[in-house]
Amino acid sequence: MNVVIAEDLIKRYDGLTAVNGISFDIREGECFGFLGPNGAGKTTTMKMIQCVSPLTSGRLSVFGIDVSADPRSIKRYLGVCPQEFNLDPDFTAFENLIHYASFFDIPKEEARRRAERLLDFFQLQAKKDTLIDELSGGMKRRLLLARAMINDPKLLILDEPTVGLDPQARHLIWDQLALLKSRGLTIILTTHYMEEAERLCDRIVIMDNGSILDLGSPSELVRRHVGESIVEAKDSAAVRACLAKLPDGSKYEVAGDSILIATSKPKEILSAIMTDCGVVSTTIRPATLEDVFLRLTGRQLRE
Amino acid sequence: MRILWLFKPPSVSLKTLKVWQRDAKVFMKTYKVNFIPPALEPILYLLALGFGLGMFVSEIDGISYPMFIAPALLAISMMNASFFECTYSSFVRMYYQRTFDAIVATPLSLDEVIFGELLWGATKSTMYGTIVLIVISLFGLASYPTALLVIPFSVFIGLLFAALAMCFTAISPRIDNLNYPVSLYITPMFLVSGTFFPMSVLPPVVQSFAYAFLPLSHVVDVTRAMVLGDLSTGLLLNLLWMAVATAIFTLIAMNLMKRRLIV
Repeated sequence: MNVVIAEDLIKRYDGLTAVNGISFDIREGECFGFLGPNGAGKTTTMKMIQCVSPLTSGRLSVFGIDVSADPRSIKRYLGVCPQEFNLDPDFTAFENLIHYASFFDIPKEEARRRAERLLDFFQLQAKKDTLIDELSGGMKRRLLLARAMINDPKLLILDEPTVGLDPQARHLIWDQLALLKSRGLTIILTTHYMEEAERLCDRIVIMDNGSILDLGSPSELVRRHVGESIVEAKDSAAVRACLAKLPDGSKYEVAGDSILIATSKPKEILSAIMTDCGVVSTTIRPATLEDVFLRLTGRQLRE
Repeated sequence: MRILWLFKPPSVSLKTLKVWQRDAKVFMKTYKVNFIPPALEPILYLLALGFGLGMFVSEIDGISYPMFIAPALLAISMMNASFFECTYSSFVRMYYQRTFDAIVATPLSLDEVIFGELLWGATKSTMYGTIVLIVISLFGLASYPTALLVIPFSVFIGLLFAALAMCFTAISPRIDNLNYPVSLYITPMFLVSGTFFPMSVLPPVVQSFAYAFLPLSHVVDVTRAMVLGDLSTGLLLNLLWMAVATAIFTLIAMNLMKRRLIV
C-alpha cells in the first residue's frame, strides 16, 4: 500500500517555482529520502505532505486522503520533526511532550505514559525537568523526535534530523530511527548527508531546482550513475590526454586538483594509468551516493 | 472588490481552546510576578494624577478628579493587556519561538491557533481589569453592583484590542515595527479618549474623529458608566460600534495571518 502518492506536484510562490512537477509514491514501512542541495524544493515538498502548504497544482494524497480535502484527519497520524527548533522554551522537556499531546486529544494519563517512554527511548530521561534553553543541540533534536512520536504516528516526516550534530548524537539518532523503521513505521527524510541517506533509506530521490533527477535505492543509483568504483589520481593535462585514449577512461570528472574516474573495472584502469600515463599515486575506493549526488547536481556552490 | 479576501470567514472548532490553554499554562508558571504590574500601575497613576494633579482640579462633570480617571485607568489597563499580548508576545511566539508552526503540524488549523491567541489576549484583559477594579474599589472609587458589569464586559474589550493588535502583528516584518502602532496609535488614543480630561473640551471635529477611529473612546464611556453606576441607553451606540469593530478586526487579523504564514 502507498502511504503518499504525489502526481505532478507544482508549487509556486513569490514568482518562484519551488517544486516543478514532481511525482513519486512512498510505500508503507519504507524509509524514503529526499536528497538535494539547498533550494532544491525538499522542505517545500515536506510542507505539502504535512498539509501546511497548499499545492499550486497536481495531486497529493496521504493515507489515501487528498491533502486539501481533510488535512485534520491526515495530521492526526503524522509525526513531524522540523528543521528549525520550535520547542516551547517556557516548558521543560516533559511538559513539551505533555502539552503537544493535548493538541492530539491524548488523555492526560496516556500522554504521561507515552512521554516517559519516549524520553527513555531517546535517552532524555535525565533531562526530563530541564528547560529547553539548557539542552544541547543534540538533546533538542532528540526531544523534537520524541515530540513527533507522541501521537504514535503512522508516518514520520523528518526534515534534516541530524543537521549540526556531533557524531555521537547523530549515531544515536540513526540507531533509534532504524529501530522505529524495523517496527514498521514509514519514514520520510530530507537530508544532505549522503551517509545518512545510504544508511537509513530504502529508496531516495535526488532533487534539484524543484525537479526529481532520479529515484531508486541508494545502491541502484550508485550503479546507474557512477559504477562500482572510483579511481582517483592527481589531475594534469597529460593524464587527461592519456585517459581519453583508454577504452573505459572517458567517464572522468575533475574536482579540485583530483581527477575522478568512475569505473566497474578499477584494477584495469589503475594499471593502465600507472603504466601508460605515468601516474605514480592513485587510490581506488567504492563509489558512493556522494559521487552520484555531485554528478547529478553539479559541483557549483548553492547559496 | 480586491479586499474581499480579508473578510473570508474562518473555520474554528473548540480545539482553539488548546492554544488558549498553552498560553495560560505558560502565564501561570510565573503568575506571581505577572500580576504585579497591572496592580501597581493604576495605583501610581491614581496617586500621581488623581490625588496629586487632582488637587488643582476642582470637579469634572460633577465628580472629583480621581473618580473621573479611575474608570479610564481601568479601561486603559484592559486595552494594554490584550494589545501588548497580541502584538509583542504573539510576535515572539510566531516568529522567534515558531510556536504556531509547531501547533499547525498537529490537527489544529492556523485559524484555531490565531483565535486561541485572541482569546488568551481577551483573558488577560479580564484578569488585569479585575485587578484594577479591586484597586480602585479599595480607594472607594467604584460604585456597586454596576461596577461588576466590567468583568464580563472586559472579555469583549479584550477581544477588540487583541484582534486589532493581531492585525499589526500580521503585517509587521520585524518586532521593532510594532513600536509604530504603539507610539502612533495606542499612546495618542490613551491620551485623548476621554481618559484624563473630558472629550467635550476637544474641537467637535476631533471628537468625531475619536469616536470614529479610536476604540478606547467607546470603551472609556462604557467603563465609566459602569464604574460610576450611571448607565444610559446612549451606551448602546458605543457597544454597537465595538461589536462591529471587533468582528471586522477579528476577520482581518485571521486572514492577514493566513496570508503571512501559509505559503
